[in-house]
Amino acid sequence: MKVMLIMRATDEAVEAYKEMPFEEVIEKMGRFNEEMMKAGVLLAGDGLADDPANSFVVDFSGDEPLVTDGPYGETKELFNGFWILQVADREEAVQWAKRVPLGAGSKIEVRRVTDESDFPADNEWIEKEAGWREEQSAR
Amino acid sequence: MTTPETAGAVESAHRAVSAAWRVDAPRIVATLARYTGDFALAEDLAQDAFADALRQWPSEGIPHNPAAWLTTAAKRKAVDDWRRSERYADRLAQIGQELREDTGDDLPWDPDVIDDDVLRLVFIACHPVLGREAQVALTLRTVAGLETEQIARAFLTPTATVQQRIVRAKRALGDAGVAFETPSREEWGARLSTVLGVVYLIFTEAHTATDGDEVLRPELAREALRLGRMLTALLPREPSPWGLLALMELTAARFPARTGADGSPVPLEEQDRRLWDRSAILRGRAALKRVDDLGRGRGPYALQAAIAEQHAIATDVASTDWDVIVRCYDGLLALSGSPVVALNRAVAVSMRDDPETALALVDELAADRRLAHSHLLPTVRAELLSRLGRREEAAAEFDRAAERTQNARERAYFLARAARR
Repeated sequence: MKVMLIMRATDEAVEAYKEMPFEEVIEKMGRFNEEMMKAGVLLAGDGLADDPANSFVVDFSGDEPLVTDGPYGETKELFNGFWILQVADREEAVQWAKRVPLGAGSKIEVRRVTDESDFPADNEWIEKEAGWREEQSAR
Repeated sequence: MTTPETAGAVESAHRAVSAAWRVDAPRIVATLARYTGDFALAEDLAQDAFADALRQWPSEGIPHNPAAWLTTAAKRKAVDDWRRSERYADRLAQIGQELREDTGDDLPWDPDVIDDDVLRLVFIACHPVLGREAQVALTLRTVAGLETEQIARAFLTPTATVQQRIVRAKRALGDAGVAFETPSREEWGARLSTVLGVVYLIFTEAHTATDGDEVLRPELAREALRLGRMLTALLPREPSPWGLLALMELTAARFPARTGADGSPVPLEEQDRRLWDRSAILRGRAALKRVDDLGRGRGPYALQAAIAEQHAIATDVASTDWDVIVRCYDGLLALSGSPVVALNRAVAVSMRDDPETALALVDELAADRRLAHSHLLPTVRAELLSRLGRREEAAAEFDRAAERTQNARERAYFLARAARR
């Protein structure tokens, strides 16, 4: 299965990170990324910038979508990066999530990435497809 | 009596041991092989440590660093073995020192040498003194970190058979005096080809199981992809692992559309391309670009990947660039001289030019004895004849293809086509 490791940090973790030498942070993450690559599990990943000028939140609660300054939104738990891994099962995902080099105030949320089996076979698009396939084979 | 709680603890410990093994098996075995200088012994020690973990983790809890625990447990077993043998004196000073230094929290291997050790492991698991089945079993066991039962399930083989294969393979390596080392420069190319061949065999076994009823066994494909990614990470400057990875990603991208709701195969031209895995296509294309960026030309895997790429980027069969595909087949044919490649090339020619031209090419291949028992020639003839409106002849060829295939679902498909005369 595919899982997404979602990196979340509170203000506490963001402050702690500012104290750490940048080189050290980069090296630790670099090593972790390399470890996942060498194990053949890493499919994708990126960091998200904590950049107020280019971060905002769109809220759909009202009649019109409302754009407010980000990146925090209301949770105060910053989503600041992700990895997508191909793993055998939940337990392997746990092994990798526990290895992320993070400190106090940080959390890794792990979610399974959906695939075609998550969607109902009687979906309108799937039905359309079945009809099209019959047409093809009738030719 | 086993209480439900302890059964739960045993179960959760087993999952933890399996996951730790899966993640770290190659590094654990490679590290042990470096210390003992003996691959077979290292594999035995690792297996024993794995069994100890299954016994101890349910009651003692899952250790903070499972890989360090397993490695240390295996090293202690090595010392116990040596204590009973003459080699004890030679080895004790070295190993004893390492065991004392082991705090259980640090990396259980040296980060500067571990990649080379894992490569040595890959090469030894795919050593030419072993048969293909042994290479596959050993690679899945020690490099991919699968348990014997998982390998047996994936290949629909009894566990005891796989176990036997691994035991015999280790003995064969010992008998041949195979050292734990990377191949020499002269051997390098051929040995790397063997490794890639083993990985590709695992992949193709997954999507064209010849003797089973299943058309697709995705778990094997995922293992092959994982091995392919490992190899590109370990050998980033070698083009051929990137070519193999590109081919596997681009092929696997089509898996969601390859079987119908009833499990029967859906041919490429009938597949719903919206179901193709776009992120796999992107990864495959990126891998193919790495081959080209390395500037040493495209090998057989990269050429096949380039063909798969043309399908992946086309919205339908009609808008596919069949000329590029025919030229890729030209390249492949020059490399391999294989009649199967020539047959596939003929299909591409039928799409670029017309079925008649292709049928002439196929008929030239009919005399090739290498195709005499394969269902491929009648399958291709049947499709071409059917497109030419020669229905009776097409039906006869579909019947012949059905007789020759070993795969039950394929047979059903051919018989259905034959009945549509």
